[in-house]
Parts: sequence; C-alpha cells; structure tokens
Amino acid sequence: MQKRIAIIGAALFLSAGAVSAVELADQLQDEYRAVGAEAFDAEAGAARWSREVMANGQARSCAACHGSDLRQPGKHIRTGRAIEPLAPSVNPQRLVERKEVEKWFLRNCKWTYGRECSPQEKGDFVAFIRIQ
Amino acid sequence: MNKKTIGIGVVGLALLAAGTGVVLGDGWEREHEREGHRSGWFGWRDNPDVRPVRNEQYDSECGACHFAYQPALLPARSWESMMGNLADHFGENAELDDAAREALTRYLVENAADRDGYGRAAGFAASVAPGNAPLRITETRYFVRKHDEVPSRFVQGNPEVRSFSNCTACHRGAADGNFNEHAVRIPGVGRWED
Repeated sequence: MQKRIAIIGAALFLSAGAVSAVELADQLQDEYRAVGAEAFDAEAGAARWSREVMANGQARSCAACHGSDLRQPGKHIRTGRAIEPLAPSVNPQRLVERKEVEKWFLRNCKWTYGRECSPQEKGDFVAFIRIQ
Repeated sequence: MNKKTIGIGVVGLALLAAGTGVVLGDGWEREHEREGHRSGWFGWRDNPDVRPVRNEQYDSECGACHFAYQPALLPARSWESMMGNLADHFGENAELDDAAREALTRYLVENAADRDGYGRAAGFAASVAPGNAPLRITETRYFVRKHDEVPSRFVQGNPEVRSFSNCTACHRGAADGNFNEHAVRIPGVGRWED
C-alpha cells in the first residue's frame, strides 16, 4: 500500500514537469542577464524590497504587503487580504512557475512603483527571494 | 488504524458528504431559490445567500488581492464596465492579458445579479436603477439597506475591518456565499444582532 502511494506520488510529481525554485531562479537570472543585466546581488534586492515609494497616498514597498520576514504570511495593505509566505523554504509553490513569477513582477512593480521593473531589479529580487 | 476507527471514519465521511451535498449538489439551487429559506440539515449554515464562486481563474486572478466577490453581487453591466477599465481599478492597476480578461468577464456577466436566479441575486439586481452601473457593491441600495444599522466604529473605525469592502472580516462564511446575519462576528465586538 505505502509503496503504491509512493509510486503514484512520484508519478504525479514527474508528470507536473515541475522545476525546483533553484532551477527556475537560475533560468530567470540567465534570461535577465541575456537582456543586459549585470551580476545579481541579494543584498541589493533586500534593500529595494523595503524601500518605500509614495503611491495613492500610501507608502508602498514590497515589504509593506509581503512583510520583511518572507517566511511569514503577508497582508495586502489596501485590501487586508492575507498573502501566503513568499519564501520557497516554507512555501513550495513559490518561485517554481515562470508564468506566475513574471505575472506578479509585472503587476506588483506597477502597483508599487507605477512602472515595470528592470531586468536588473528583477534579478536582484530573485537573488534575495531564492535564499529565503 | 483498527476496524472500529475505520468504521467511524467511513460513517463520518458519509455524513459529511450528505451534508455538503445539500450545499453543492444540484438540489440546493432549486431548494433555496429565495432568500429566507432556512431548511436543510444544519439550518442557515447550509444555505448560501449567493451562488459561491466556482471558478479557479477568478479565485487566483482577482482573489489574490481582494475577496473574490461573487458575481451575483452586481448586475452584468457593472461587471462589463469594471472589466473594461482594469488599468484604473479603484485607483489601482489590475490589468490582465486579453484571454484572461475575456474569460473572466464572461464568467462575471453570465453569473451576474440580473442573470442568476439564485438567492439574493434578484435583491441586488432590483436595487440598482436600470440606467446605473455601480462599480462598488457597497453603493447598491440592497447593500446599503442591509448595513445601514451598522455603526462606523465597527467598520471604518475598526482596524480589523477598516472598510465595508472587507466582507470576510465579519461574514466568516462569505467565501462560501454565506452572508447570513446570524453568522456575523465583528472583530472586537462579537455577534451582530439587530
């Protein structure tokens, strides 16, 4: 019985074609470099993470909603909606699907900074998030 | 796990399935066409007031940032107007790619207050004047009437609530379409009985 469950589990895992957070982070950073970004720096990503920008009368930053400790849940500062932790170490659904990552970079950079993030900024964020 | 435990588990699951069947099965729509109908095994707990969201894309695209408001809370023309201007969504950018926007607009319109015969949908639909397409559920007369006795210190003045848009703060069953006043728990206040 347990053996069968293990086999089914393995089959489901493989059929999803999932890449790990480490693999996706490498892929994304390679792509950002290919379009002109320089070496990435987790500390630069961390610094930008908490840097505040005024928008719609609110001080906004990544940390404002996601928190400073990425292993903890966050809370949307405008709507109060709970946000699952962003750290791959506690949330295996993070940093594993390219489409999700790019969708949220686009949406959240616009929400926070009123513009898209550059490849350099995204690569630094990935460098910071992947080690959480 | 011995046989007795398994037996209890099976009976428990069967009861649970029968219970949820009332909510999710085909029957619940026909049985509870109108607001105020309170039959079912667990009384009002069973009967959603509006049709619950059963759309994964809506849950993930819209529900990631705010409560996934049920389509039956606004008329179709309101949803069309809202989905036509996601670049300025209550002052925020909520743009979607074309495929997602079209699919979600279809879902919202097809299940809108004036298209869905279930529960309180008709109440919301009837409370909006034909020429109006409000973008805020809180501006519909039906919503206003249902909340006009709630003091602002419980909502705007309450850091755990902050706004009437934050349904789930007090309506703990909101995600299941349950807005019954007996299920209301206001943070820092408790039950709501008017």
